[in-house]
Amino acid sequence: MAITDAPKIVTARLDHDDSYTLERYLATGGYDGLRKALTMTPEAVAAEVDAASLLGRGGAGFPAGRKWSLLPAKAPLTYLVINGDESEPATFKDHMLLEGDPHQILEGVLISAYALQVSQAFIYIRGEFAVGLERMQQAVNDAYAHGAVGANIFDSGFSVDVVVHPGAGAYICGEETALLESLEGKRGFPRIKPPYFPAAIGLYGEPTVVNNVETMANIPWIVNNGGAAFAALGAGRSAGTRLFALAGNVRKPGNYELEMVKTTFRDLIYSPLLGGGIRGTNTLKAFIPGGVSAPWFGPDQVELPLGQDEVGDAGSMLGSGSIVVMDSATCMVRAAWRITKFFSRESCGQCTPCREGSGWLERIMYRIESGDGREEDLDLLMDLCDNISPGVAWPPQQTTICVLGPSIPSSIASGIRMFRDEFLVHVKEGGCPFD
Amino acid sequence: MSHLNAEIRQRAEALVALYPERRSALIPLCHLAQEQDGWLRPEAISEIGEICGVTAAEVKGTATFYDMLHTEPVGKYVVAVCTNIACLLGGALELLEHAESRLGVRAGGTTPDGVFTLHEAECLADCDKTVCVQVNHRYVGGQTPETFDALVDDLRAGRLDETVPPHGTLVRVRRSVGLQADRASIAAERAREAEAKAARAAATAGAGENKA
Repeated sequence: MAITDAPKIVTARLDHDDSYTLERYLATGGYDGLRKALTMTPEAVAAEVDAASLLGRGGAGFPAGRKWSLLPAKAPLTYLVINGDESEPATFKDHMLLEGDPHQILEGVLISAYALQVSQAFIYIRGEFAVGLERMQQAVNDAYAHGAVGANIFDSGFSVDVVVHPGAGAYICGEETALLESLEGKRGFPRIKPPYFPAAIGLYGEPTVVNNVETMANIPWIVNNGGAAFAALGAGRSAGTRLFALAGNVRKPGNYELEMVKTTFRDLIYSPLLGGGIRGTNTLKAFIPGGVSAPWFGPDQVELPLGQDEVGDAGSMLGSGSIVVMDSATCMVRAAWRITKFFSRESCGQCTPCREGSGWLERIMYRIESGDGREEDLDLLMDLCDNISPGVAWPPQQTTICVLGPSIPSSIASGIRMFRDEFLVHVKEGGCPFD
Repeated sequence: MSHLNAEIRQRAEALVALYPERRSALIPLCHLAQEQDGWLRPEAISEIGEICGVTAAEVKGTATFYDMLHTEPVGKYVVAVCTNIACLLGGALELLEHAESRLGVRAGGTTPDGVFTLHEAECLADCDKTVCVQVNHRYVGGQTPETFDALVDDLRAGRLDETVPPHGTLVRVRRSVGLQADRASIAAERAREAEAKAARAAATAGAGENKA
């Protein structure tokens, strides 16, 4: 396998210094997709997106077209909410798109609003993205002035307003129902399911579609080139290209847009055009294939293709598209401890298994890492994991309102399964052998 | 008497008008109040409650959920050092330790002169530039102990005032970018919503009567 010559769909403009301006956007075909969509029926636009088989790029990977079709027909009032609250550790693609090409996201939002016949959209952006917030607000303002947003856009008779909304620092607000609570001015508590999708009961209790920023960024290209052209890229259920955020002990960490399935983890990590290999003289020890909620892979799994089902069938997930590379100098106990600490800090506190379990797990992991662990702690860890997610299997069972809970055991269970000896050395030597 | 100054208050009211329900402006308004005071003073919390149509307790209840909203005073510069997985692999724990000894406070603390508050942050989504540090929520690039010392010196000397503005993640949005939502369009949208809601309420009431 290799890097294919698939077109750059979401990163085409980013080489320009002024990629975020309306001038650059218009000079590179900007808002052509919206103009084209407005000549079509809303149903025809939705059908193109459905034909593209675009899987949501937030993390769950649900088909965007199907998510749209869940909206009740002829609902009197609906909202479109864009999730730009990117917080999955080591994921930094939406951050890049928001700062680098806000108009492309906005055009996707406008096309989607037209397809769904929604007249009010919100773009919820992570509060820490001060520049992203500034650029997106500027983009919205410029688009109003350009006639692409507001009343009777491009003289089509269709009207839509867009509000740019800042978050305030809470991982859980990336969960779509928590995001809606946050957008209502409340604590970011995920809502009880069912309903599983806010299409039934969403923002202010009204039917709502929530889509990710990168998902939106793909929409203009799909409308311009047709859903079939998008679906022709990739393979199987994984259509199109996707942004992979490569982080950790590689020579060239960064965001890489690659055709799905056609490229492997080996290409991404080692190709001189991509990750460039492991930093220094170390070797690959393990990698996380899709954000820290995902179970880890070992060096023997680098030949796997970057595809939704391919990674799923191998026992993990492509998730948020973030790949964390850990080299031979990495202490796996410390890595798993830090990820567990993250979940412990970010648990919203509604459900006991997650709120209490994450804290207990973090303290046990810390005592192992700092040399105070006991051999029976390994069983204790797995027992606690089993309480949060019975069976500690993948895909995980759930005892909590949202999927943060069952994400907690992934790193600990992976660490113990793949590096049990390393945990035991910490216990026997009374400290971290990597210190 | 308004606690929020005239400029901030005006912006707050413009923001509230963008949302179908006033309460949705609560978090943006907290950012605005922090731009003025650095943290959420009780007077600001009360005023935000009044503007959003909720109690001060509800504002505080929301604010205490979020890392960026401070219900206690913080330093002039909030220095956030990420120690999550990508930065951990890039030496974040060593950098945090260095930052603690350089500033003389533990993570979570504020220097006695009120200039720096040090935070141990979760992933800040800039993971190809480790160790990721933000000052007042502005990225200052991948940091090492050496560059961190220079950063602290530059901040103290005011050499970064251009790139690191005061508190409030919206400060640059407010200063450099207007807020030009189409007023007529929004008014029409609100009218449509009210109509739809009334229609649905009538339908629900009708259904209830049929059952009875």
